[in-house]
Amino acid sequence: MDAVRKEIISRLEREILPLEGLKSLATDNHINLGFRPIEASFPNAIFPVGCIHEFLSSSKQNLAATNGFIASLLSKLMQFKGASIWISASRTLFPAALQQFGAEPHQIIFIDLKKEKDVMYAVEEALKCTRIAAVIGELKDITFKESRRLQLAAEQSRVTGFLVRHQPKIVNTIACVSRWRITSSRSELADGLPGVGFPRWNVELLKVRNGKPGIWQLEWQYNHLHEIRKNIASISQEEVRKTG
Amino acid sequence: MIRRQPHLKDVPFVLALPDRGKIILTEVSAAAQDRGLFAGMVAADATVVLPEVVMLDDKPDLTQRLLQNLALWCIRYTPTTAIDAPDGLILDVTGCTHLWGGEENYLRNLIGKLKEFGYHVRAAMADTIGTAWAICRHGKIKAIIKSGEQVEALMTLPPAALRLEIDTLDQLPKLGLNQIGSFLNMQRSALRRRFGQQMLLRLDQALGKKEEFIEPVIPVEPYGERLPCLEPIQTAKGIEIALETILEVLCSRLQKEGKGLRVASFKGYRVDEKIEQVQISTNHPSNNTEHLFKLIQQKIETIEPALGIELFTLEALKVEDIQPTQQTFWTSNSSLESSEVSQLLDRLESKFGNKIVHRYLPDEHHLPERSIKLATSLKEPPATSWQIEKVRPIQLLRVPELIHVTAPIPDYPPMNFRYKGQVHKIIKADACERLESEWWADGGLHRDYYIVEDEEGKRHWLFRLGHYDNDNNPSWFIHGFFA
Repeated sequence: MDAVRKEIISRLEREILPLEGLKSLATDNHINLGFRPIEASFPNAIFPVGCIHEFLSSSKQNLAATNGFIASLLSKLMQFKGASIWISASRTLFPAALQQFGAEPHQIIFIDLKKEKDVMYAVEEALKCTRIAAVIGELKDITFKESRRLQLAAEQSRVTGFLVRHQPKIVNTIACVSRWRITSSRSELADGLPGVGFPRWNVELLKVRNGKPGIWQLEWQYNHLHEIRKNIASISQEEVRKTG
Repeated sequence: MIRRQPHLKDVPFVLALPDRGKIILTEVSAAAQDRGLFAGMVAADATVVLPEVVMLDDKPDLTQRLLQNLALWCIRYTPTTAIDAPDGLILDVTGCTHLWGGEENYLRNLIGKLKEFGYHVRAAMADTIGTAWAICRHGKIKAIIKSGEQVEALMTLPPAALRLEIDTLDQLPKLGLNQIGSFLNMQRSALRRRFGQQMLLRLDQALGKKEEFIEPVIPVEPYGERLPCLEPIQTAKGIEIALETILEVLCSRLQKEGKGLRVASFKGYRVDEKIEQVQISTNHPSNNTEHLFKLIQQKIETIEPALGIELFTLEALKVEDIQPTQQTFWTSNSSLESSEVSQLLDRLESKFGNKIVHRYLPDEHHLPERSIKLATSLKEPPATSWQIEKVRPIQLLRVPELIHVTAPIPDYPPMNFRYKGQVHKIIKADACERLESEWWADGGLHRDYYIVEDEEGKRHWLFRLGHYDNDNNPSWFIHGFFA
């Protein structure tokens, strides 16, 4: 009896997922983040594409960390479809730096608008274009209704949307599959060498639809995400030589 | 003039202009002419002859402007209209008359419209500019000279009809040559000897033996379509239908020739002589009716139809060859070249303006703000590779901001700095990277950049402008944030 019930429940869960905007189609390219624990937080252990991810940032420095993390995700997404579009009304992103995170800067089209309202329109239009890999929109405030429009557009076109919300007035709930907060954390070099190390972030997956939120300490090294454990002596000898 | 000020309709009035200390009549209305006034009369005399005459100031370029506007107005009858100074217009009506139901109706319609405006016009239609000019000034009114009948039409006209020089015109009557017919059949060598090459040229032009060109007021675009409307159109829906029809014709022509337009201008000629126009441009050459329609449709609301638009034109101002779509379909997976992306950008550009789309390519400069350059098109490949040896901040301030630092001299990274009222204590720092300014470009001081990390793990890019020395305390700036 119990087994039957469990089976029914799990089947229902599988049916609910696509209704909630978290469907993954056979035609989707599976994105390999190169870091299992994050993928495992999502349903079916697949990083969802064709939906909206929300990123919160509270300061300029954290915005840098957020954009760095997004760039690392972009590098994986853009392997399949090529270009992506970065829409902003107050962009300080430096295109040349994207290369460090594996994203080719010349494959990204920047759209610099004057008003936040225009960004909203442009993001929605861009999300409807099926030939691009991702749309990044720097939006401060967005209502639930607007976010639902974006989510529906993304589901339709299977384009992944990243909303970067820098210092929003209120952190309201919006229709997206996940909410992240990336903050920079102190870097360390192996063996206590002096100097600034690799980009290191405190990655918080605050909300995820039908998944498990989590917090990780990650470092971006040689085009891959690495988790930082307390003991950093685990970095191999070869890499130490390179950092020096 | 009557058109602007209707109360002048039956009143004799004149236009006058001061000339050598006297006021001279320059133009005389029909009513005034009947009472014995004529152009060139002194104003004082005119008031004696006709005390109730209304005297108005003439503006020197008034006629010229009127002619120019009339020529523009006439574009609804034919795309090629030209000004024939000082008082004429030349229209090239080839292939246009059937739209008005034949040459006669065309001419009657045109003259009727102009008469309604209050102009006194004479018009003639002929194979050559010369003949038409001669007939409309010296022949009968509303004449249409059939093909090949120029000679007969010209026979009885005075020599002045040939647009000859004044010297020649003075000479001809003295020799008893009062009609063109009397010297038309003379030997060419004799004519040249007596009256010069000009005479032969004019004769040949009138008879169609030599080509004559006119200079249209608006150059005719090679890729353009026209759509005259039976009734003036006033509604947005009507304009949309017109646009759709005209686009289809133009696009099918472009498709046949394997071309696409980059810039197009859609014009509406209004009943009241004004021209409304919208212009669009695209990132890739396009001949896709649907896409172009959407682009122009966004701007239709800016068209003010007023009393109605009677002619629409669509001109492709810039046309380029279209790359065959198959090619990109097979070879590249870069979506930058896909038409969908360029159509999206076109839509956004036409909504928000041209300068919103940016794409960057690497440039061989060390200074961060110069190390990228704007790409001219979506397809342009990077000329060099992106450099990654030197770490660059992911957020770069447009203008470096001044900060206050505590730093050991001469060239150590600062121990702390104050930015936006907040003190950041520096825990870690990388060695300095010196970027010299490019003396061949602008000169200025070098910058010593430091990557520093504060106690919260936030990474900044600071620089010191110039050296420390005895009388110089260099400023520190913050230029960016690292991820």
